[in-house]
Amino acid sequence: MMMRKYITIQNNETIDFRTIPSLEYKEFLETNILFLKDVNNHCVNYFGFPYAGKLKLVCCIANDSKARIKLTCADINIGTNDVYPSLSAHNLALNIFERELSENFGIKYSDHPWLKPVRYPVDRFDKSSQISNYPFYQIESEELHEVGVGPIHAGIIEPGHFRFICKGEQILHLEIQLGYQHRGIEKLFLEKNKLLQRVILAESIAGDTTVGHASAFANIWESLCGFEPDEELRFVRTIALELERIAIHTGDLSAICGDVAYQLGSSVFSRLRTPVINFFQAWCGNRLAKGLIRPIVNNYIFTSELRKLLLKILDEYEPDFNEMIKKLFHNPGCLVRFEKTGVVSYGQALKIGAVGMTAKASGLNRDIRLSHPSDLYKNFVHQPVIKHHGDVFSRTQIRREEILQSIAYIRSILEKIPPHQNRKEISPKPRENAFTISLVEGWRGEICHCAVTNELGELINYKVKDPSFHNWLALALAVRRNGISDFPICNKSFNLSYCGFDL
Amino acid sequence: MINTLKILKHQGNQFIKDVTKVVLQEPFHGRPVISNVKVDEFELINLCPVGAIKTQPIQIDLGKCTFCSECAIKFPDKIKFTADYKISTNDPLSLIIKEGVDKTIELNPGLIRQEISSFFHDSLKLRQVSAAGDNSAELELNAAGNVNFDIGRFGIEFVASPRHADGIVITGPISENMAMPLQICYDAVPDPKIIILCGVDAISGGIFSDSPALNRKFLDKYKVDLYVPGNPPHPLTFINGVLDLIKKRK
Repeated sequence: MMMRKYITIQNNETIDFRTIPSLEYKEFLETNILFLKDVNNHCVNYFGFPYAGKLKLVCCIANDSKARIKLTCADINIGTNDVYPSLSAHNLALNIFERELSENFGIKYSDHPWLKPVRYPVDRFDKSSQISNYPFYQIESEELHEVGVGPIHAGIIEPGHFRFICKGEQILHLEIQLGYQHRGIEKLFLEKNKLLQRVILAESIAGDTTVGHASAFANIWESLCGFEPDEELRFVRTIALELERIAIHTGDLSAICGDVAYQLGSSVFSRLRTPVINFFQAWCGNRLAKGLIRPIVNNYIFTSELRKLLLKILDEYEPDFNEMIKKLFHNPGCLVRFEKTGVVSYGQALKIGAVGMTAKASGLNRDIRLSHPSDLYKNFVHQPVIKHHGDVFSRTQIRREEILQSIAYIRSILEKIPPHQNRKEISPKPRENAFTISLVEGWRGEICHCAVTNELGELINYKVKDPSFHNWLALALAVRRNGISDFPICNKSFNLSYCGFDL
Repeated sequence: MINTLKILKHQGNQFIKDVTKVVLQEPFHGRPVISNVKVDEFELINLCPVGAIKTQPIQIDLGKCTFCSECAIKFPDKIKFTADYKISTNDPLSLIIKEGVDKTIELNPGLIRQEISSFFHDSLKLRQVSAAGDNSAELELNAAGNVNFDIGRFGIEFVASPRHADGIVITGPISENMAMPLQICYDAVPDPKIIILCGVDAISGGIFSDSPALNRKFLDKYKVDLYVPGNPPHPLTFINGVLDLIKKRK
């Protein structure tokens, strides 16, 4: 009988970690490359951690048409001079994962196309590799010049360094160097052993995606403990996810208008965001929903007064929003800056494994709410908003349509508020030797968390992946052949996370 | 043109007329009040995810508190988070809330350097440095400048270059990888200059305080002019704190 090469699970399913077959590295590589030839499959996470004296590699490939996730494993030796063929040579989407593996554990690849540091973690394998001497790509030419931007930027945003190679005004090449936001957050998940500490960590992975990351953590923890979330918990997470989407998308529209110097749009969208995040404050006391999402319990009852307040906010929001967005999309001065700027083609998006809004703007249908639904998304058929031009305009249009879609979803969910479960203090323990994966569609795209426990049920590995991990490369590609003055608008149209990259 | 005017009309007046007199509603988590009720102290201390609660007497350090409010949920008779958002101060001792004391948090005028109020009273330009901030405090600082809160009306503004700035506002726990850029930025600000720590991560490291990936030596070298607690701080907390620092609040 042929040995099974992989195991398939669903989103939020917990299995015995030891049942994932461990393959020879060569077979591991070939199996996963074969999976990725199917356009319905994409890699949602690929990571390694020390396990039984070796380095355990785990690759998670999601099949988006069947709502299944294929898991494969390989054990390789650490600290030897072995050189491995890379998966990236066959599939570019995996390049960032292998860069991370190489940086953390010193794996040597024979044919990786772009083996550079990712984030200079404090416990990196090669301590001589310093953030101050990142090996930037260079072109020797008297006609070209380099422009360095960051890590500290002109606005109030997170740090990251951009190095442009330009010919006159035009960008030939952009290299993005990150790592300034490295806080060692994955290790802290293992070291901090109180559940409350861990969920606060999850909320702090990216403060603009509090609900997204906290939901992924809550789902993973509940699954590890064998706890089935009830209707109320699903309701809270779904409403909060959609509200977060509305709030951040609206703020992004404001920033996009700001970057093309359209003051009216910038002011109106920025003030339209206010009542939405103030609703979070009325619900849970925090404008960015910190404290709202907790595993197993719901501390903030969604009352009928809150329902009334939210409906009122949405009723007032919608006409003002529609009026402003219509005006924006009829403003030739803005459209000329949006259209055909910062284009990512379908082929590029597919090749680099783009997810979320970035993928959807280029015609690539990647939305966890449809492909691997959890929470209340199981109850309705989500229709992802897909655009095809892959430019700033497409990414702006997606925001408009997703906001209106989220409002409609919230209205329909609000028709029935599930009763509050006054759950007694229960604190179930995670299963032993378990593996769980959780996928959540945050406003930016697919969030993936993976957890592994040991024979005592303690976490031995916690892996966080923000959608930005895939999508930063899309920004680098998008700005090629664009004027450097269009960089801010391109950057804002993606609005990727830096701290979501720290992990 | 007509449509633009219509939009303007439909917006109405969005700005908050007096940002120093706004009353926030519960459940906003502002300044906590600790009663004299007896509770299991060990359990209370153990509950706090960041070690912000200490005993004898029972006290909460707002420089460490992430405002998760778990203590208030578990011990509602003992701890209550009020909606008082005016919790910025220049005195680290004022950040410590003790049991039985229900007193507003204020700046210590004796600690404000003379040159701050004389130079910056009518114009304060700030450079923001996100040093591994999670983008929540950054979002709220941006919000402080929007049409609702409009911090610009007081002559307070965030500028693009440290050369144009009178001080820096730090968010985030300060990662090792940001330590040098932060120092370079601070050095580039002309004297006299101020330092504001915005958010729990900046003040104490917050949930990241014992991470080996941080380097907070910068803070050992300089005096901090304003602590703005919160996770993230509400824009009104920031605005009122800065107004007090430059003695602009009436």
